[in-house]
Amino acid sequence: MSSIRVLVGTRKGAFVLTSDGKRDKWDVAGPHFAGWEMYHLKGSPVDPNCIYASQSSGWFGQIIQRSDDGGKTWSPPGVKPEDLMGPDGMPKGQSNMFAYEGDAGTHKWYDGTQHPWEFKRIWHVEPSLTDHDTVYAGAEDAAIFKSTDGGKSWKELSSLRRVKGQLWQPGAGGMAVHTILIDPKNPNRIYIAISAAGAFRTDDGGQTWKPINRGLKSQYELPDPDAEVGHCVHRIAIHPSRPDVVFMQKHWDVMRTDNAGDQWSEVSGNLPTDFGFPIDVHAHEPETIYVVPIKSDSEHFPIDGKLQVWRSRSGGNEWEALTNGLPQKNCYVNVLRDAMCVDSLDPCGIYFGTTGGQVYVSPDGGNNWNAIVHDLPPVLSVEVQTLR
Amino acid sequence: MIRVTLPYHLRNLAKVDAEVQLEVPSPVTIGAVLDSLEARYPVLRGTIRDQATLRRRPFIRFFACKEDLSNEPASAQVAEAIAAGTEPFMIVGAMAGG
Repeated sequence: MSSIRVLVGTRKGAFVLTSDGKRDKWDVAGPHFAGWEMYHLKGSPVDPNCIYASQSSGWFGQIIQRSDDGGKTWSPPGVKPEDLMGPDGMPKGQSNMFAYEGDAGTHKWYDGTQHPWEFKRIWHVEPSLTDHDTVYAGAEDAAIFKSTDGGKSWKELSSLRRVKGQLWQPGAGGMAVHTILIDPKNPNRIYIAISAAGAFRTDDGGQTWKPINRGLKSQYELPDPDAEVGHCVHRIAIHPSRPDVVFMQKHWDVMRTDNAGDQWSEVSGNLPTDFGFPIDVHAHEPETIYVVPIKSDSEHFPIDGKLQVWRSRSGGNEWEALTNGLPQKNCYVNVLRDAMCVDSLDPCGIYFGTTGGQVYVSPDGGNNWNAIVHDLPPVLSVEVQTLR
Repeated sequence: MIRVTLPYHLRNLAKVDAEVQLEVPSPVTIGAVLDSLEARYPVLRGTIRDQATLRRRPFIRFFACKEDLSNEPASAQVAEAIAAGTEPFMIVGAMAGG
């Protein structure tokens, strides 16, 4: 019998929600790391009991946590009692050290001047699809880090910031690598996305990167709507069977590419608004995608107080509203970019969390929704593990 | 023994009670206290001061003997009462937020 484990990161701690494959009765564990901002938790596809978590605080900075028992217990990698002393007698404990490689340089600041790169936090952790001890981390200020020792130490893949990094400018939410997608057919190919910088791709395991923003148009956000970098990409998603097809929720516009980002086209179609944050792909139907339309960049809540997921079964352009079980009046929450995911059961389960503290599940591909929990702190991220 | 008190979240992180006791070599400076604390509890590295620059994090304060030592240099020696262990060296999360 399959089971489901949902990893929820919130403004004030992490929660682990578990169910059997029916997905109608849930156990809620947590808060873990109570009081800390938990930007993201994600399990290793190689070993589902190995889960990485980003724990941060405006007071105390960044901590990386790892669980090796499916989220029951946690410790920062490299500071278990047996790890406390290195061979030179100095303590380890570098798992929270994210140092930019070399001269960190500068990027564009809000006032147009150049501003030094400053590490703030890890927004996203992405374990390798094939190696137990390899994991990537997306940082604010925007950078990607890689660990090959299970999170004990981190090294920046610094050539990313050389892709016109001096022109990247933070948006209202900061300037972070918030999405990391590893191509399951080609581990040397990784897509990443940065709000207010755009989407980027490496084909050599992170040694070099290139912007993949052709076809994006940001007429309200950029002086040159077709600029090579500077687009506010909110989220990108792929289906593992077709990693060259990438879907994107941009600040405004829902986009797709069929050639790994070399050219994008808009697929917003009949969406009531094409502003939003998350986007995801059905586990078994590569042309079925989901978004949560949000009224506008000025009003971050659903139109008319009606929380709706919209689904396209045609890879975009033709969309339908999914409302059964979702509040259709007086709902003014947001759904953040890392707060939607899908399981791999059949029928596919869809999950999302809101800034109002609800986590919803649809166990039937979006047709019907139930709230697993109602009153968590604002949800920053939702990931699901399908356990067999 | 130097007595050091930690804020709630760092106590939880280090899995200790409110106050820890440390052997700190002389001369007992602010920097030496923090070095000893981080050596004993490596998980605290980076949470009180930046790992690279060793600058105090903006929302951390150092109080002792009713004095704010936050802006004292790391090389500053602590008061005799702290060095003797009669008064604690307090690491405090600053009031910030809303």
